[in-house]
Amino acid sequence: MSRVLPHGGPDHDCEREPFPSGPLPTIEQRQDAQDAEAGRARTRAARATTGRRVRRAVIVACLIALTVVFAYPFVWLVSASFKPRGEVFDNRLIPKTFTLENYVEVWQQAPLGLWLLNTLIVTVLAAVTVTFSSAMVAWGFAYYRFRGRGVLFGLVLASMMLPGAVTMIPTFLIWNGLGFVGTLVPMWAQNLFASAFYVFLLRQFMLTLPRDLFDAARVDGATQWGVFWRIALPLTKPALAVTLVFEVQAVWTDLMRALIYLRDSSTFTIPRGLKSLVDAFGFGGERHWEVIVTASVIATIPMIIVFFLAQRQIIQGVSTSGLKG
Amino acid sequence: MRGQSSTAATDAVAALDPISPDRERRQRAARRRNVLSALLFLSPWIVGFAVFTAWPLIYSAYLSLTDYDVINDPAFVGFENYAHLFEDPKIALALTNTLLFTAVQVPLYVVVSLVLALLINQAGRGSGFFRTMFFLPKMTPPVAVGILFLLLFNGQNGLINTVLGWFGLAGPSWTTDPAWVKPGLVLMSLWTVGASVIILLAALQNVPMELYESARLDGAGFWRQSFSVTLPMISPAIFFVVVVNTIAGLQTFDEAYTAFFGAGNTTYSNDAALFYVIYLFQQAFQFLHMGYASAMAWVLFVVIMAVTAVQLIVSRRLVYYEGEAPR
Repeated sequence: MSRVLPHGGPDHDCEREPFPSGPLPTIEQRQDAQDAEAGRARTRAARATTGRRVRRAVIVACLIALTVVFAYPFVWLVSASFKPRGEVFDNRLIPKTFTLENYVEVWQQAPLGLWLLNTLIVTVLAAVTVTFSSAMVAWGFAYYRFRGRGVLFGLVLASMMLPGAVTMIPTFLIWNGLGFVGTLVPMWAQNLFASAFYVFLLRQFMLTLPRDLFDAARVDGATQWGVFWRIALPLTKPALAVTLVFEVQAVWTDLMRALIYLRDSSTFTIPRGLKSLVDAFGFGGERHWEVIVTASVIATIPMIIVFFLAQRQIIQGVSTSGLKG
Repeated sequence: MRGQSSTAATDAVAALDPISPDRERRQRAARRRNVLSALLFLSPWIVGFAVFTAWPLIYSAYLSLTDYDVINDPAFVGFENYAHLFEDPKIALALTNTLLFTAVQVPLYVVVSLVLALLINQAGRGSGFFRTMFFLPKMTPPVAVGILFLLLFNGQNGLINTVLGWFGLAGPSWTTDPAWVKPGLVLMSLWTVGASVIILLAALQNVPMELYESARLDGAGFWRQSFSVTLPMISPAIFFVVVVNTIAGLQTFDEAYTAFFGAGNTTYSNDAALFYVIYLFQQAFQFLHMGYASAMAWVLFVVIMAVTAVQLIVSRRLVYYEGEAPR
């Protein structure tokens, strides 16, 4: 990779390079080109559009093929969940014997309803608290000017880089000391204290809001909290939605924390429960793969629904997460 | 960042009036109130940072110098844990596994997401649909991805080997043959490239069209444009994807743990899938060697910092940042 972009725009000496426009690259002499420029431009344009159309068709065909590859694991999983035990691995797209039995069985084998409920509670609490607390902190960094702000915000950015493994053990000891290990509390309560990545994301968004608006509200007698709560927060809605959805996805799928903090099957979240099913019915256990497959489908479907409901926010959030790079 | 413009403005307004001590006092009070409210807004993070970041950092550094099993008080042992790290063959194994996995996975991940992003960028009206389809796997819980790995890569009748069979290839035992476990996990991880695709696609769409136009006027063909315009312009995004995925790769846990570890899953050798964080997790929460695990965590921290630093240094030569003077 070379940095060939001088600021006045690229002006390399490219005359010796053939111009590979369309399927027939021709090496044109310069004088020739000048003579026939007018007449040739038309045919070249025509050739270029067909060329472009062919190229686009090839690209779309490639993408469709790749989409099939990417979608297939889902299709395979859903299809397998409707197959009886003996046929799970037959790799047929349409089940030979269609059965709903797995869904009944998985409900009997595992407290799936409870797990779903636990996950739902944790997810809602985590997403709501982190969105609210991070918005507050982001507002503190975006609106106020005070000495040491730069340093504090630098700490926010630095803590974003910190690998979770380093703080994992003392954090466990904190919850252990407070007697919350084995309950759902450690799964979400840390979100009361904002999260660096979301503070960053929300602050970036808040900085784009017109400051005059807030100053005017202050002049009109709004309290500091009122400016945040009634003016800034409603304007930040798009970024709040991104935060909410991101956290929903992160918490719903979180395995590590559940492994550390949840002990009893009745407190399991869906990822932890799924893991316990793999242990009980997978290679180490009874090899009832149809149970595992069906539970996986049930665990995944809420995320697919969330994705289709909040697609715009998710894509937007992921895109902006890359722009800070 | 917007500078100190507003305070400067109020100061300027104040300067117009003759400065009365009363006014000054009022202003100072207002400023103090402002700082107070700022602190109130920041308070969740300040508390959180102190309790869940700063203290854990300090405490885990201390724990790494002790023998601690949660039940008895930590016993100070000096650098014994660190010394033991060098003698523990599983550390060497886990580090090798993790570094190998990351070294293979990250480049593949970046290339695949770049190719997908380039294709989608050219797809015209269908691009939104394809973007959705490639992102969707990222929504799958990692546990389910680990399960899918066991199923699709099953040596006897998994889908992957069935497809390989159509081409007359005998697929390996991905889930049981130690030599093939990591390649299989790498391949499976490529299924969830969606987020990187979106980041790179956003970068591609941010490249100003004028650059391509002037490049074309200068006679640059497709490849020339790709290497002289596209790649430099999206290099910050590529770098971001590399760094983030390296850090994630070095902390790989969920999929491999689901597929190869846990209760009842000791029937076959799973050394090939013993990644560093998995071993750390086992030391801390299964064997309750909290001191040793803390030392492991610090070593991981140093490794991650070192790798990221190297990437930063290398990137200076390779990444083009707009608005920066060309070196």
